[in-house]
Amino acid sequence: MKEIILLSSLLAFTGVALAETAEEKGLAIAVEADKRDQGWIDQATTSKMILRNSQGAESTREIRGKALEVQGDGDKSLTIFDTPRDVKGTAFLSFTHTLEADEQWLYLPALKRVKRISSSNKSGPFMGSEFSYEDISSQEVAKYKYKFIKDDKFDGRDVFVIERTPQYEKSGYTKQIAWIDKEMYQPLKIEFYDRKKSLLKTLTQHEYKKYANQFWRPGRLEMINHQTGKSTTLLWKSYKFKNGFSEGDFDRNSLKRAR
Amino acid sequence: MKNIFILLLFVCSAASWINISANEWSGDISLQSRHFSQEALSSSQFKEYGSVAIKAEWFHGWDDGKQSLTFVPFTRWDQHDKERTHSDIRELSWLKVFDASELRVGLRKVFWGVSESQHLVDVINQTDLVESLDGEQKLGQPMINYALIQDWGTVDLFILPYFRERTFAGVNGRLRSALPVDTTTPIYESTDKQNHVDYAARWMKSLGDWDIGLSHFNGTSREPVFIPGSGNTVLIPVYYQMQQTGLDLQATKGAWLWKVEAIARHINNTSYMASTTGFEYTFNGVFESASDIGLVAEYLYDDRKSNATTPFEDDLMLGVRWTNNDVNDTSVLVGVIADRKDSSRLYSIEASRRIGETMKLNIEARVFEGLSPTNIFLYPLRDDDFVQIELAYYF
Repeated sequence: MKEIILLSSLLAFTGVALAETAEEKGLAIAVEADKRDQGWIDQATTSKMILRNSQGAESTREIRGKALEVQGDGDKSLTIFDTPRDVKGTAFLSFTHTLEADEQWLYLPALKRVKRISSSNKSGPFMGSEFSYEDISSQEVAKYKYKFIKDDKFDGRDVFVIERTPQYEKSGYTKQIAWIDKEMYQPLKIEFYDRKKSLLKTLTQHEYKKYANQFWRPGRLEMINHQTGKSTTLLWKSYKFKNGFSEGDFDRNSLKRAR
Repeated sequence: MKNIFILLLFVCSAASWINISANEWSGDISLQSRHFSQEALSSSQFKEYGSVAIKAEWFHGWDDGKQSLTFVPFTRWDQHDKERTHSDIRELSWLKVFDASELRVGLRKVFWGVSESQHLVDVINQTDLVESLDGEQKLGQPMINYALIQDWGTVDLFILPYFRERTFAGVNGRLRSALPVDTTTPIYESTDKQNHVDYAARWMKSLGDWDIGLSHFNGTSREPVFIPGSGNTVLIPVYYQMQQTGLDLQATKGAWLWKVEAIARHINNTSYMASTTGFEYTFNGVFESASDIGLVAEYLYDDRKSNATTPFEDDLMLGVRWTNNDVNDTSVLVGVIADRKDSSRLYSIEASRRIGETMKLNIEARVFEGLSPTNIFLYPLRDDDFVQIELAYYF
């Protein structure tokens, strides 16, 4: 009897799954990915960006970041630049929002000036790299409309391939194709299509590790711009969770004394 | 009062050795060349000026980042101008962070305001005028600053126990008044002179798209007026007491930044108002590239009109900023401040670009056009058009 119930409920479940549209399935994957990444509360990171031009000449940026999880909206983050040395001490405070423009402040240490800056340009390059502000800001379910494309394999791992259409009107992209790992629910690869719908960039995320027994984070990101031949490697050197950060660590006062 | 500060800093620095967690040096050395295109008005002045400056920063933090000491010495040597050859302690301060407040004691720099063309609200620090004409280089100001951080905003309270005199180009320097300023015998309204204790407070808050600041200052005005001295061969700066209430406001609406700075100042038995009002609009990703073009427009007003103690009583500033967003952070700002009543025009170009990982090239040029003898502040600069090239190495 028990087996029959189990069997019938399983059938019912499959029935629902079959009736699910590609849009619903895509959304369900995004919701699950979001759910699995909830509860990190806060994190501190150190990272290094290596920028390469089409001739292969390199330039590096060392960055430290703090982030605070905000339920129901984008996260708060504070980014401090250590190199290049002429921008050492420059700090960037951002309250990201899903559909509206983010709130952003920049601290210029030479002038001791905090500037509220326009954030409508989410598609602009971050520190001259191939990553845009939009690429590095917090990923929220409501930022996109989703469509499941297919199950596939990527680098020998089982993945969902989904299409994401940005909902933010000033996004630099018309769509993104993401290869989401079925075990981690994290992207292994994302293709970015520009406003003319042509392939602009490809991001691959490598060396995933699990932190705090729950959160998968990549150790290395490779972004290649197909149109310019430039590329950027983003190395995440350390992640530290649950640092006890509060709202007070993410305001204009903390921006001024960010180190 | 000065001695108390030195003592306090001594105690703090001594305390800091007990629990060392991090300390670091950084800074920059810059080589600067100024070339003036016209012959000088005075035979004591030159056409070419070479200069070297060093600014270092030592930082030491402890107590899990809740306490820190910062020391920023600065020195410049100028080839000809003895007044521009000068040193300053830009910062020597101790910071202690509490749960909802911060205490800072020592020499520091504070910036208030939102506008680009002039900084009316920003009155805590004295301008290091020999460094730059734009007034953005400042001398370290001794202070006790307590910041209270609450949901309803942040209130900063300041006690400023010592006054710093403005720096002026010397006899052999350019970009100066026809008569050089004699800084050895300044006149003060207050009998306490440099030891007059000034007070200031500022409240600021971000409300959605709006950033608002309200400030009040009571003490010695950082901006002197001048009287002739020594048989009409020099100018003597006179520093009056002043009370100033200031407002700074910015609305950030998409690609638009709307800005207002306004002050009501009472000084030397007169009261007046002045303001800077304007906007900045940014076109992103212009010419099919990642670069941005920003348009800046500001209106500069002073209700004393022709009696104003600044040249910007009814002026319009227009600027175009190009930011290439490239690996080298290349940017160029071209601007003009035009008087609406006479023909005076101040043109400026500021450009900068990183070279490699540790060097930066800065180019600045200024052209003074249409200055009439009635424009008493700017007329002395009529032949002082210059190009300045600076190469800085960061360590």
